[in-house]
Amino acid sequence: MLLAGGQGSRLYTLTKNLAKPALPYGGKYRIIDFPLSNCVNSGIDTVGVLTQYQPLVLNEYIGSGQPWDLDRQDGGVFVLPPYQKSSGSDWYKGTANAIYQNTPFIERYDPEYVLILSGDHVYKMDYARMLEYHKERGADCTIAVLEVSMEEASRFGIMNCEPDGRVYEFEEKPKQPKSNLASMGIYIFTWKKLKEYMEADAKDSGSSNDFGKNIIPNMLAAGEKMYAYSFSGYWKDVGTIDSLWEANMDLLNPYVPLSLYDPAWKIYSRNPVMPPHYTGVNALVQNSMVTEGCVIDGEVDFSVLFAGVIIEEGAEVRDSIIMPGTVIRKGAVVEYSIVAENSVIGEGAKVGSRPEETSDKSKWGIAVIGSHIKVGDGAVIPPKAMVERDVPEQEVLAL
Amino acid sequence: MMDSSAIGIIFSNMHDDYMGELTNHRTMASIPFGGRYRLVDFALSNMVNSGIQEVGVITKSNYQSLMDHLGSGREWDLARKRGGLCLLPPYASAGSTGVYRGRLDALANIIGYIQRSSAKYVVISDCDVVANIDLKKVIRCHAESGAQITLLYSQQAVTADVSHDITLLEMDVNNRVCDVRINPMASGVQNVYMDIAVIEKELLEKIIMDGRSRNQLSFRRDVLVAQKDKINICAYEFDKYIVRINNLNSYYEANMSLLHADIRSELFPPLRPVRTKVRDEVPVKYGLAAKVTNSLLADGCIIEGEVENSILFRGVKVGRGAKIKNCILMQGTVIGDGASMDYVVADKDVTVRDTRTLMGYVTYPLYIAKGSMV
Repeated sequence: MLLAGGQGSRLYTLTKNLAKPALPYGGKYRIIDFPLSNCVNSGIDTVGVLTQYQPLVLNEYIGSGQPWDLDRQDGGVFVLPPYQKSSGSDWYKGTANAIYQNTPFIERYDPEYVLILSGDHVYKMDYARMLEYHKERGADCTIAVLEVSMEEASRFGIMNCEPDGRVYEFEEKPKQPKSNLASMGIYIFTWKKLKEYMEADAKDSGSSNDFGKNIIPNMLAAGEKMYAYSFSGYWKDVGTIDSLWEANMDLLNPYVPLSLYDPAWKIYSRNPVMPPHYTGVNALVQNSMVTEGCVIDGEVDFSVLFAGVIIEEGAEVRDSIIMPGTVIRKGAVVEYSIVAENSVIGEGAKVGSRPEETSDKSKWGIAVIGSHIKVGDGAVIPPKAMVERDVPEQEVLAL
Repeated sequence: MMDSSAIGIIFSNMHDDYMGELTNHRTMASIPFGGRYRLVDFALSNMVNSGIQEVGVITKSNYQSLMDHLGSGREWDLARKRGGLCLLPPYASAGSTGVYRGRLDALANIIGYIQRSSAKYVVISDCDVVANIDLKKVIRCHAESGAQITLLYSQQAVTADVSHDITLLEMDVNNRVCDVRINPMASGVQNVYMDIAVIEKELLEKIIMDGRSRNQLSFRRDVLVAQKDKINICAYEFDKYIVRINNLNSYYEANMSLLHADIRSELFPPLRPVRTKVRDEVPVKYGLAAKVTNSLLADGCIIEGEVENSILFRGVKVGRGAKIKNCILMQGTVIGDGASMDYVVADKDVTVRDTRTLMGYVTYPLYIAKGSMV
């Protein structure tokens, strides 16, 4: 069960019209490709995708599930929005409530175990191994955890464990963390147990119906067998502009352990129907990822270009992410920026700047241009800007 | 409403003999082209983009790679309950004549497939032509002209050395075909038949049955040449970009022509996309010292060296300090560090070890066979 209803409010204009799991990532993917591909590669063939916030793009993207081999006669992928029932209707109130409302869906398959995933994270993981671990220990709940640095630990839900991995305490964003094992938001429950706790939780009117806040603490309090499953590898939450930018840049870093080239663990996506990309006579492309449909005649360095991006002669794109269909016109300079889909950066415009060009570091950040925006010729967009409407020619936005 | 429904028939093996080693392990239809395509993608996409939802692909030999490429036809939206894609190999039905010796012979072997279709027209096509053709327009023109057969042709300069495997048409003032010449001695600008035609299905069935009763095998010789006075055959000029592939040189040139922006935009208009098999490759990764100019690169490549005037298919790796110029490197080619190549066509999965130097010439590109190690 893949929770894909997240709004991602800290991504501002980038998630105005789409849910966080539908965010473009890595040149040809959307975030949700990672958990979906992980499922298929782990041998899971029945997946429910729970949507709520701006589901349109996600619905269209998932479609029949064919790109992930999830168009099955038996099982497959199902988009599960909240729906009206004879006794009233409810939005999904919390993560646990979303699963609880879909109890009838889950019971159709009469499962022994249920895997709960979040659609907001970039990582490669074999869920089959985690399930093996869960079964071996006869656990009621297994939570995937990642070692983070002690400084970062207070930003996460932290698991305090016995040496054998059994969890005795869960602390949500603790000020004084006792361990550095952070929950990755990946849970395996023995379905009968989960159902029991969800039913009790649904009756508690004071509950926020959330796994981290309610279900997990309640299970621990009752002494249920809960284990932490240690994951080591690349994992990234793309909840903010900075982390989305970093997660893309990580793909360009040979030392980051996220390989997309493993033939045994491909990340599948819905591929656009476009010709190979063309790199022109004036182009200089280095340390970058470029995908099909692009036409590049400018300079591109440390950047990720999505399908159908056009970089005209003399334009310079550095340390930036350019989403599908966007055009960077002649002589424009785009640095440390994220430009969303189908926008146009006019001739000679300047978007973002390098950190060393801004003396007051509090004023520096990644510049963001929303989708379908026209930045006029010669306009200047300062770092950290968030552009949500067209910018006229020659206009200089204030820092 | 006018009934313009059509069924497509694609000949995958025609012209195989002219392609040398490129067709050693594959059909004409499955020759890789343009970084991520195979030649059949153009014929198939043209049909699908023109509303044809039922396509039979006639195969003869060597069709493993073609089957692998086409699969269920899903990428062309041809995995259908009604119509869709159908592979038509020889020996498929009782009374078949086995490996056929001409288009008419092949059609006779699949007469049942054609008869079962409820379409009004049949579009037949070979795979030697790279072009983006709106067949809807051709079918409409065919219906309006009252022709029984409409042949597509393009105007092309012909020289004696490329006049093999070519059919020339002459038309009268009413655009009716009055002369058909196969592989003639000819030069200058000629009307060259594209081996694509629209025919009334009923008439085609009759032609096939007639041909079978007379043991006729060739569509061009026994129908177009022999019956041009009996049947109303008209011509339709295709005046957009077209390239005909009939040997390694023209294959090389056709690929290289994709480096021109205007040709790419004629071949790959967004509203009439050329569809192909999806391989879920990662975007191309350009390394620290990569230097790529005037080249076409498909996804899955990893570039650490220099690439100029070249076409790189999916999953090609170019090592550090390697220099690739004027090359066509097919899927899975691996070029070692410091290797140097000029005018080379490397077939699939070729490995060129570090520091090797390979050079062909513009009029004689060096071909390296599939899976070779240099």
